[in-house]
Amino acid sequence: MTLNVASGQGDAVAAPQESENLRTVPLRHYPQHVAALIVLVVLAWLVSELATNPNMQWSQVVHFLTSPIILQGVLTTIQLTVMCMILGTFLGLVFAVMRMSDNRFLRTVSWYYVWFFRGTPVLVQLIFWYNLSLLFPRIGIGIPFTDIGVGAPTNSVVSPLLASILGLGLNVGAYMAEIVRGGILAIDRGQSEAAAALGMTRKRIMRRIVLPQAMRVILPPTGNQFIDLLKASSMVAFIAGGDLLTRTQQVYAMNFQVVPLLVVASIWYLVLTSIATFGQYFIERHYGRGEATRQARTLGAQLRRNLKPWRISKGNR
Amino acid sequence: MTTSTSSRERVAEGADRPAVEIVNVRKSFGDVEVIKGLSLRVARGEVLCIIGPSGSGKSSLLRCVNHLEKIDFGAILLDGSYVGYRRVGETLHEMRLSAIAAQRAQVGMVFQRFHLFPHMTALENIIEAPVGVRKESKAEATARARALLDRVGLADREGAYPGQLSGGQQQRVAIARALAMQPKVLLFDEPTSALDPELVGEVLTVMRSLAEEGQTMIVVTHEIGFAREVADRVVFMDDGQVVEEGLASEVLESPREQRTREFLGKVL
Ligand SMILES: Nc1ncnc2c1ncn2[C@@H]1O[C@H](COP(=O)(O)OP(=O)(O)OP(=O)(O)O)[C@@H](O)[C@H]1O
Ligand SMILES: [Mg+2]
Repeated sequence: MTLNVASGQGDAVAAPQESENLRTVPLRHYPQHVAALIVLVVLAWLVSELATNPNMQWSQVVHFLTSPIILQGVLTTIQLTVMCMILGTFLGLVFAVMRMSDNRFLRTVSWYYVWFFRGTPVLVQLIFWYNLSLLFPRIGIGIPFTDIGVGAPTNSVVSPLLASILGLGLNVGAYMAEIVRGGILAIDRGQSEAAAALGMTRKRIMRRIVLPQAMRVILPPTGNQFIDLLKASSMVAFIAGGDLLTRTQQVYAMNFQVVPLLVVASIWYLVLTSIATFGQYFIERHYGRGEATRQARTLGAQLRRNLKPWRISKGNR
Repeated sequence: MTTSTSSRERVAEGADRPAVEIVNVRKSFGDVEVIKGLSLRVARGEVLCIIGPSGSGKSSLLRCVNHLEKIDFGAILLDGSYVGYRRVGETLHEMRLSAIAAQRAQVGMVFQRFHLFPHMTALENIIEAPVGVRKESKAEATARARALLDRVGLADREGAYPGQLSGGQQQRVAIARALAMQPKVLLFDEPTSALDPELVGEVLTVMRSLAEEGQTMIVVTHEIGFAREVADRVVFMDDGQVVEEGLASEVLESPREQRTREFLGKVL
């Protein structure tokens, strides 16, 4: 008897009757509501302060937001990011597969690539490529250890744009190699074995079986990487890469409207990263095929759900 | 005259040739030898069931037959050719990966945990290898895949992803996937032991019908009832060796060896 009390049955109530209509009420999260209210008030205050601050020069912000020189920078940032991402993804795939290969030489090369390009700052790499002519005044193709070959002055070949693509792309490649490798490792070995048992070659197993499944694991960090790259591309401003930040600096160097122009740049970066976020959602949904339960939620539903501070838990979250 | 005689002899010879011949095979993982000089023959059209305690090397042996594991010693022949190796004199040289892949295409394998490709529908799972490996046309492969799905009783589920199928249904798709390559021999590694009891029957029914049609099969199983009913021969393995082998009725009803009796006493 006393044992029953100890095991929590002390306040047992009468057993329910079948005739009763018992309703369940989910747990309410009142502290969450209070926290949300406080955050909202603080946000409103911040926005009103910014909106009425004369130093913000909102008219300047509006003016420069769509000025040709800034738009030129936005375009360059997009081009640069897309090209570096393509280069980086390609390198990442190649080096990840090399890293997983049976061939020790390929594994070692891949390891050192990641070690070097992940281990040195992007900015240093960018400046290095930009100043390549200090090391090699002329570059070209030829037979090693002979004078046979064709070449050109380095500075005429390695433009700021090429230096930017090389610096960022090689760096992204190192991170992508690790992301892809993680994705490949996440796939059950039984998958490649089943495919091998059907007579598929290793290349085919990678392409048809492992990578498509690894995509689900690879995509979220890749989206992260892309957004990171959008912002990291602003570092090419150091080598006059002509991107959004380069243009922004050029404008405020002339008119000294530093804050409004930085706001303009920030707005554009936010717009670009938001677009990337949406794109990521659709790509992820495509590769979620076969995962019946997970893809059921639409983007709209997901947004609404995340934006509701008072959201309450329903059985199926 | 002589030529016709010799060709008839050759045909006769081919007909006698075992589908699978395992000759004195040894296999170690690190320092641990898990297959210790094992020999077995499987005739064409025969159903061989392998039983034995956990860890006795049944899965390892099966995986050696399609070179998913490399053997250290001995040889495995599939329809007269060395699996995974080229013979030069007294030594066997490992083949190139593409040649091994081509050999594996002739051996079907059904796994305990199905290993269907989750990003493909049932139909896509089945046509993947015929189209990709055997270069069949998609239309032809699809037609055959539909026939196979019908045969395993899943004609209406061709568009379903593995995640939407029950375990028994997944295993039946996996069998259809293996059959689509028209394998010379089908290997089953405990095909029903990951299934809920009420789903075991549907998979065994499919396997029984394959056996009746003369499909050569090597089945590692704990389903003694199935072995008794379907197997032509039963092999009892323990500690990487064949302890006892013979007709299903002999090995299962009146085992000669003490170890076999003990094992059967435990599982029955
Ligand atoms: N990849 C591996 N690396 C190291 N040891 C292994 C490996 N695969 C199997 N083994 C070992 O080899 C032995 C035989 O394993 P195997 O899976 O062939 O047994 P089994 O008869 O299929 O057992 P079960 O009935 O449990 O499936 C076991 O001791 C196992 O631990
Ligand atoms: Mg096993």
